[in-house]
Amino acid sequence: MRKFALSKQTMNIARTQSSLISGSFLILLAILVFMLFGFGVEGEATFRLSRPSDPYALPNLVLPAESFIGIASLTIAFFGARLIVKAPKEYSVIFAISFFLAIATFLVWATAGKSFSLTGMLQATVVRAVPIALAAMAGIMCERVAVINIGIEGMMLAGAFAGAFFGSIFGSVLGLLIAIAVGGIFGLMLALLVVTFRVDQIIAGVAINILVLGLTSFFTSHLLKKNPHLNDTAVFKSIQIPILADLPIIGPMLFRHNIFVYLAILIVFSTTFYLFKTAYGLRARAVGEHPKAAETLGISVIKTRFINVIIGGMIAGFGGAWFTLGSVGRFDEGMTGGRGFIGLAAMIFGRWHPVGALLAALVFGFADSLQQKLAILRTPIPSEFLAMAPYIVTIIVVAGIVGSARPPQAIGKAYIKEN
Amino acid sequence: MKNSIKIKQAFSVDRTTFQDIFFIPILAISLAISLGLLLLLLTGESYQTALTALIALFVGSFGSVSALSETLTAATPLIFAALGIAIGFRAGLFNIGAEGQIIVGGLAAVIIGFSVELPLMLHLTLMLSVGAAFGAGYAFISGWLKAFTGAHEVITTIMLNLIAFRLLDFFLRLPFIQKEGRNDPISKSVLDTAELPRLLVLIDPNLRIHAGFLLAILAVILVYWIIFHTTIGFEFRMVGTNLNAAKYAGVNSSLTIVLAMSAAGLCAGLAGASQISGVLGRATSGFSAGIGFDAIAVALLGRAHPIGVLFSGILFGALVAGGREMQVSAGVSLDLITVIQALIIIFVAAPILVKSIFPWFFGKK
Amino acid sequence: MKIELKEISKSFGPVAANTKINLSVSSGEVLGLLGENGAGKTTLMNILTGLYQPDSGQILIRDQERKFYNPRDAIKNGIGMVHQHFMLVPVFSVSENVILGNEPITNVNRINKKEAREEVLKISSKYNLDVDPDELVERLPVGVQQRVEIIKILFREAELLIFDEPTAVLTPQEVLDFFRIVSNLKKSGKAIIFITHKLHEVIQICDRINVLRRGEMVGEANPKKTSNSELAELMVGRSVNLKTKRPKINRGKVLLETKNLQVMSNKKEMGLSNINLKLHENEILGIAGVQGNGQTEFIEALTGLRKISSGEISYFDKRYTNLSPRKIHKMGIKHIPEDRQKQGLINEFSIIENVVLNTYYEDAFSNNISLNWNSAKSEAARVMKQFDVRASSETIPANNLSGGNQQKLVIGREMSRKINLLIASQPTRGVDVGSIEYIHSQIISARNAGIGILLNSTELEEIIALSDRIIVFFEGKIVAELSSNTDPQIIGMAMAGVVN
Repeated sequence: MRKFALSKQTMNIARTQSSLISGSFLILLAILVFMLFGFGVEGEATFRLSRPSDPYALPNLVLPAESFIGIASLTIAFFGARLIVKAPKEYSVIFAISFFLAIATFLVWATAGKSFSLTGMLQATVVRAVPIALAAMAGIMCERVAVINIGIEGMMLAGAFAGAFFGSIFGSVLGLLIAIAVGGIFGLMLALLVVTFRVDQIIAGVAINILVLGLTSFFTSHLLKKNPHLNDTAVFKSIQIPILADLPIIGPMLFRHNIFVYLAILIVFSTTFYLFKTAYGLRARAVGEHPKAAETLGISVIKTRFINVIIGGMIAGFGGAWFTLGSVGRFDEGMTGGRGFIGLAAMIFGRWHPVGALLAALVFGFADSLQQKLAILRTPIPSEFLAMAPYIVTIIVVAGIVGSARPPQAIGKAYIKEN
Repeated sequence: MKNSIKIKQAFSVDRTTFQDIFFIPILAISLAISLGLLLLLLTGESYQTALTALIALFVGSFGSVSALSETLTAATPLIFAALGIAIGFRAGLFNIGAEGQIIVGGLAAVIIGFSVELPLMLHLTLMLSVGAAFGAGYAFISGWLKAFTGAHEVITTIMLNLIAFRLLDFFLRLPFIQKEGRNDPISKSVLDTAELPRLLVLIDPNLRIHAGFLLAILAVILVYWIIFHTTIGFEFRMVGTNLNAAKYAGVNSSLTIVLAMSAAGLCAGLAGASQISGVLGRATSGFSAGIGFDAIAVALLGRAHPIGVLFSGILFGALVAGGREMQVSAGVSLDLITVIQALIIIFVAAPILVKSIFPWFFGKK
Repeated sequence: MKIELKEISKSFGPVAANTKINLSVSSGEVLGLLGENGAGKTTLMNILTGLYQPDSGQILIRDQERKFYNPRDAIKNGIGMVHQHFMLVPVFSVSENVILGNEPITNVNRINKKEAREEVLKISSKYNLDVDPDELVERLPVGVQQRVEIIKILFREAELLIFDEPTAVLTPQEVLDFFRIVSNLKKSGKAIIFITHKLHEVIQICDRINVLRRGEMVGEANPKKTSNSELAELMVGRSVNLKTKRPKINRGKVLLETKNLQVMSNKKEMGLSNINLKLHENEILGIAGVQGNGQTEFIEALTGLRKISSGEISYFDKRYTNLSPRKIHKMGIKHIPEDRQKQGLINEFSIIENVVLNTYYEDAFSNNISLNWNSAKSEAARVMKQFDVRASSETIPANNLSGGNQQKLVIGREMSRKINLLIASQPTRGVDVGSIEYIHSQIISARNAGIGILLNSTELEEIIALSDRIIVFFEGKIVAELSSNTDPQIIGMAMAGVVN
């Protein structure tokens, strides 16, 4: 398992080949952007950066649509050419800028002749990223101990239901706690199935998803439909952080939310601290990478997996409660709409690191909020296609990143303690 | 690549004991139904209702000729789709995308069904083949992504399901497809020449069992032959059981993965087309009705073996037919059947659990 | 300190791994534990380290009985083990690996990294182990990884150190270093158990030798008085022919030639640069080298499993590069892969299916669409008979066979059909002595029949015994080409990259 640098020549061959591919890809992207958005646009795109009522209001950002689109696509093409001619080191930066420009072009095209609240969009991005980021955290907690959790979607749905149902009876705070506990119970169930009974991890996860879908739908039709007052909970109000909330752009983006957003950020950072700074985290990661090694040092693989998977379930339950207690105040069948799976994609995109996953979740949150906000602009794109955006982004991300990301080594394998 | 998650070949029926293939499913089903009824009592329903529900479950599935016909009608698309999922399992692929493939296949089939005018047999053949081809094509995307980028098929098929739901809604509102004079997403009806003939017209023209069931049995035999007696089936099993050994043995694993996934989609597309052609006659926004998800359970219960799939498909058809009767006579929601199905998957996948609940069935260790 | 095992028995299902074993070791003593693969050495040590619990028998420490319910109990009682496959987490640093499970912590369970580093440095300098605490383990050569394992045990203040096949992955040079470390440990009063199947090593460094066979303790030997052949006989239970007969034979024309072969490295694996070699008919060309120096990649490139970035291969004077494994196989180049469990066989498949694993598409077994299982079955029966594969029937799955029979099945499959060139990688790894003798004789007779053989093995003795010519791989290059009667010391130096 040693690594050795190869001769420079071979390295360069590899470099040139992949830079040729990615360069051509960028040029293609530039052409595509120009063809799609470059024709027949006129007028100016007005982006609102503040509300008039804000204490420090910023002026509107006004961009001439036609020339912006032209310049942006030219810039992307230039980057592509640069990649082909000489392969620079800052690959990912160039790619990020190019994608950013492509998306900006799309927004300018959609907004041309109209006005659009950029701040509102960014705020929605953060809100929409919350359940995805929490699903990703749940995924990280489980996969770091080598348990694949396809059941996050179901755990979130269970949390959403529990939040609405118990929130309606006992109030939202107790409802939230029960939602977290319910998530934990399904975490326990997953752990029992895959650790104790050594069920294939994916089968167990799929079974949990179907089970929760059935249970919540069954309870909805047998309990909630007959008693509508049991599906009508108070939601958590948004809390403005003094002073910070008044900052332009950043204020509405980060400091005018309900506790779900703040707690989600807290969870991301405590997960990071737990995994990478504490002794328990070190043991958990060892169990995910090399369970036998951990066992020989007296670390119980089974106990570690149980604890982490249950905590993962609790995080998923909390993320599920966002749909009801943090958002609409009532439960609808299948309301999580694949966010649990998108969270898994965010986890892969973020390379099993909580902060990386948070950033990935923001990308998905952006795609998710895009459809919501673009509907207001009445673009010629059918709403069904806008609604597909987060799913398509997920596929692209999983396909583009997975080869280069390295999951915990023992993942998917049951640990058999011989005795 | 290390992160490919293999579906363990817990399915090789040829090497499991009689106990395992016979007792465990039966105990799993009994356990699941009992828990389902317990759940019913938990929501405050009376013992009376639970008993009525239980009786309805049996009467509605096997209690009469019409019940039997309903069971087999419901089993038909399940068998098709589950055969596809079984092929996937054999090749180490977990195709959760049958639902989306059914939608795409069914949608393509319905378009052929109402827009083309052809004599009966030709029209049917064309419609079913186009449905199968579109299902295969849709699954091909996941297969290709898995083989050439390493993207896990579980995530891509789930995303393609979600995309398929949106696509269906979009297409059903296109003027070319939408039924005249309607605002809701519903397609035109297929022509008479595109309907699979009903089998028991002579007894009672209202019995819905149709020729699709015979096609499903044919498909069971064909898939059995493919998996166990052809070179491509051997390649599927090699890739699914030990990818490294398959590569060593000269199997083109990428191609095999793409083929297996497409074959799975082909079966699911056929499920959609046969459902449109034999039962529904048109597409609506929820026409897939979770068949693709139920089929996962069917494939697992049948241990990814075509014969097993046939029987477990009929069993699940019975649950659906019985569940409808349960809804009518005891007022119990069909969602209870979903719960029971999930429990069956869990118990079948965890034989150790079942054995520890009923130790006396399996003798002492 | 004195550690004693009394009447220890352990069985897995119907298989008795250990039967009534007695053993003792004291401070300042090196005990050799000798036995074949599958003799029960590792099971015994797993009992001593708390990974397994014995069915019966006692463990005594300083004459007091102790029960180990898990590894933690054994660690507390001063017992530590360096496993054959290192128990290190590759993506962790050295100090993280050392402290794992016994972490020095500050507030809120936070790891005290500074203290961890200092501990590692302290132990490292006390026993002269020379390890950088901050380096990631996956970046370290195997020899250094082994030292990390030793530090790990010493950090837990072990009094008894158990080494399971510690020299299997080391160069001869590193073995010498390792022996020096062992004698240091012995001097500082540690008790040591040294498990191996290599005879000369136990004689070289042990104070006493115990021999295990089929789960039973069959004898003791004094290293000062015993001989290789006496030990071998004790170990196997019959007299063993340690010398392989290799009749002299003139080599034929060139069969395989590589010119400037280059293979790209990725993050985990070794790249190859400028591999030039020739292999003749009637010749066994041995590849010596420490595992992980590009041998695997080279063989994968030859057999079509890995992409070649430049250079060429010619076979019977015809050039081939980047052909598919199947085309290469069809040309008569047969490959015994280094890991029969992961590559050579499909454990869950029957012997019949495994026999046609890479020939199922041939006319004999299929018509391009459907398979003819009857002819596959008779082929399986033939291979089993011809290559002495012992199994109750040809329909049982491959994982019901012993290691030796599995390997003979793979070898039989590859050698029983059209063959001109055999690429054999680790052909006797994890195989009993009887099967080793058989496999060696098969390889020699194949060479006598005109086949060219490329033999890759990390067992230097095997390479020396079988090869007509030896090449040495180091860091993705061929660093030496030597004749088979070269001094093993020189080959060992070359394996460490030292060439004069």
